[in-house]
Amino acid sequence: MAAPKKSVAPAGQATSNGATPSSPPDFTRDQEMHALRDMLLIRRFEEKAGQLYGMGAIGGFCHLYIGQEAIVVGMQMALKDGDQVITGYRDHGHMLACGMDAKGVMAELTGRKGGYSKGKGGSMHMFSREKNFYGGHGIVGAQVSLGTGLAFANRYRGNDLVSLAYFGDGASNQGQVYESFNMAELWKLPVIYIIENNRYAMGTSVTRSSAQTDFSKRGISFNIPGEQVDGMDVRAVKAAGDRAVAWCRAGKGPFILEMQTYRYRGHSMSDPAKYRTREEVDKVRHDQDPIEQVRNRLLAADVTEQDLKAIDAEVRDIVNASADFAQQDPEPDASELYTDVYR
Amino acid sequence: MAIQVLMPALSPTMEKGNLSKWLKKEGDTIKSGDVIAEIETDKATMEVEATDEGTLGKILIPEGTNDVAVNTPIATILADGEDASAAASAPAPAKQEKAAESAPPAAEAKSAPALKDEATAPAAPTASIQPDPEIPEGTEMVTMTIREALRDAMAEEMRRDEDVFIMGEEVAEYQGAYKVTQNLLQEFGARRVIDTPITEHGFAGVGVGAAMSGLKPIVEFMTFNFAMQAIDQIINSAAKTLYMSGGQMTCQIVFRGPNGAAARVGAQHSQDYSAWYSQIPGLKVVAPYSAADYKGLLKSAIRDPNPVIFLENEMLYGHSGEVPKLDDYIVPIGKAKVARVGKDVTLISWSNGMTYALKAADELAKEGIEAEVIDLRTLRPLDTDTIIESVKKTSRAVTVEEGWQQSGVGAEIAARIMEHAFDYLDAPVARVSGKDVPMPYAANLEKLALPSVADVVAAAKAVCYR
Repeated sequence: MAAPKKSVAPAGQATSNGATPSSPPDFTRDQEMHALRDMLLIRRFEEKAGQLYGMGAIGGFCHLYIGQEAIVVGMQMALKDGDQVITGYRDHGHMLACGMDAKGVMAELTGRKGGYSKGKGGSMHMFSREKNFYGGHGIVGAQVSLGTGLAFANRYRGNDLVSLAYFGDGASNQGQVYESFNMAELWKLPVIYIIENNRYAMGTSVTRSSAQTDFSKRGISFNIPGEQVDGMDVRAVKAAGDRAVAWCRAGKGPFILEMQTYRYRGHSMSDPAKYRTREEVDKVRHDQDPIEQVRNRLLAADVTEQDLKAIDAEVRDIVNASADFAQQDPEPDASELYTDVYR
Repeated sequence: MAIQVLMPALSPTMEKGNLSKWLKKEGDTIKSGDVIAEIETDKATMEVEATDEGTLGKILIPEGTNDVAVNTPIATILADGEDASAAASAPAPAKQEKAAESAPPAAEAKSAPALKDEATAPAAPTASIQPDPEIPEGTEMVTMTIREALRDAMAEEMRRDEDVFIMGEEVAEYQGAYKVTQNLLQEFGARRVIDTPITEHGFAGVGVGAAMSGLKPIVEFMTFNFAMQAIDQIINSAAKTLYMSGGQMTCQIVFRGPNGAAARVGAQHSQDYSAWYSQIPGLKVVAPYSAADYKGLLKSAIRDPNPVIFLENEMLYGHSGEVPKLDDYIVPIGKAKVARVGKDVTLISWSNGMTYALKAADELAKEGIEAEVIDLRTLRPLDTDTIIESVKKTSRAVTVEEGWQQSGVGAEIAARIMEHAFDYLDAPVARVSGKDVPMPYAANLEKLALPSVADVVAAAKAVCYR
């Protein structure tokens, strides 16, 4: 198998965020507006979830996606109907990007009857067969083998669908990731491994956990091509996604995309994030925020503040409605305790 | 002195084989490493290499002979200057007798004709075994080995449903490490019979992912000992996802392979996982004993919309039993079987444990104790009703398992009997189990570590106060 022209290592010098500097193709105005709307929805949803967590309405673990929105939104723009998505525990953004209803997601966070899993899954365990979202998995790295299995099924059925298996820089050190890489390349499975490198596996920075910190190279010994992508620029994500999807649909096997990103919040709601400085977080927020990038580009073109405010208002309405629903919806009936154990 | 060439043991569980072909003839010069014959076991055809040099003196077992016991002299090799007459005087090696003596305890289980004259009764269906009510009267029966029953079950289900496929180590081109998947590759092709790399955690996850998208994988583990590497995917992904998704995500998958002790393979290859898997809500756990049940239950497992752990036993693969000749023979999951009717004490077991239980029942009968033997067949859901019904009749119970006692299946059964039939008991429930040690390698110690017929007889007499 010939690897694509581009090398697994990024071309050119890395920026402060380690991303490739070459600027990606421009979005159309519709694409910009779409990306802005979906990223804003995730941001506002996650802010609301954090608020509800603080009020005690959401229990357990709650891992927010704030800062990483461009990845799922950009990748989703590269997919077609039927392509599957699977991820780990930081999954709210993926679900919203897949088109799942904000009410159902928020109600699952509050453990209510109307949640996607009837309140029985929680933040880390939600699914939607209809939207081809396969979870929502709480065991770090498990989704990589499972996502490879989704690709296996596509291959078995002889369709041209692609599966996206998202995982973090932390999960990248799990053994089953490499077991999956090996089988995926051996059997030429149409799976895109998307490594969301937000620089910290809980409190352990990439440099303290990884011998090879260029995650696009993690597939080299399996002959899987990889790319480093500026995961804060939704256009760069979409462009890389297009290349990876084309590679997979053409039957050439798996592809690795290292998305260089940053999470603004702690690992979970209970993480004081003492392992990094306030300045580091503020600098990324100020210089690279994925939403601000799109907003600024739109304003520099012919879009008015008024147009953008309409999007803000639409998104806030959706999020507020989801929060209201999630707090008013009843808890699951006690009889649900024993349902769904077996079919 | 002439050297005897003995029928070799080619696997830990081989006791006999067929001498299919001689590749050298009498008078040929033999060098160390020459392939002199081909031997067919129930698992594979193997070449026999000479380890000694000289001339092939006399062929003692002609080609085409079936069921030649391990350690039987099959030929003699003459040293330089010896003639064929030396062959006749070649002493039978002392090794032969010793090997027979140290045969693994599970050899007791064999129903091979060679063992028929032993005092112990054969394990294959005997008059004492109850006819299966699920089989219509007058059904023609065919005799087949358990490994053939498994293969036929998979082949029938794969013919019936395009979404069923099998993956695992050596399942395709090698024809199965234990020959269970023989000829499946030839019939169904490489798309549906898939050799995996040695990567249990990974391929279990791939199987579960494929099942989540609607396929119906059969994942073979070469042994369940290796599935420990995959147990996270089995439990956290396969067993729990239906619940965690509020019923949305199904996972129709069978994990199958040999479980428990084989023979002389040591601690890391001999563990019984019955208790482990039977604890998990979301899994079904099946562990049959008879050939008919192996077939009918595997077909049920493949069709079941839930993840099913199908525990086989290597010691039983070569056993033959009668299987109904029906187009679609199904045994329901979750139903135990009264394998032998009795009134004095209930023996409860499953899988290879039934070997001890049934033989113990024969022994007990000689002493006037009529034991009822229950073959659980399924460990989850556990058929409590059948157990309780029997205990209400006999008032005494003994559980028999190869696994460890602490938190074992026997412990669970004892608890349920206490909960549901306490007032009927005339004695505390007794548990016969594997000893509380990692499995030793030495033949004598291994025999001691496993339950024995004598253990079961002693326990049954104890609860009968005899």
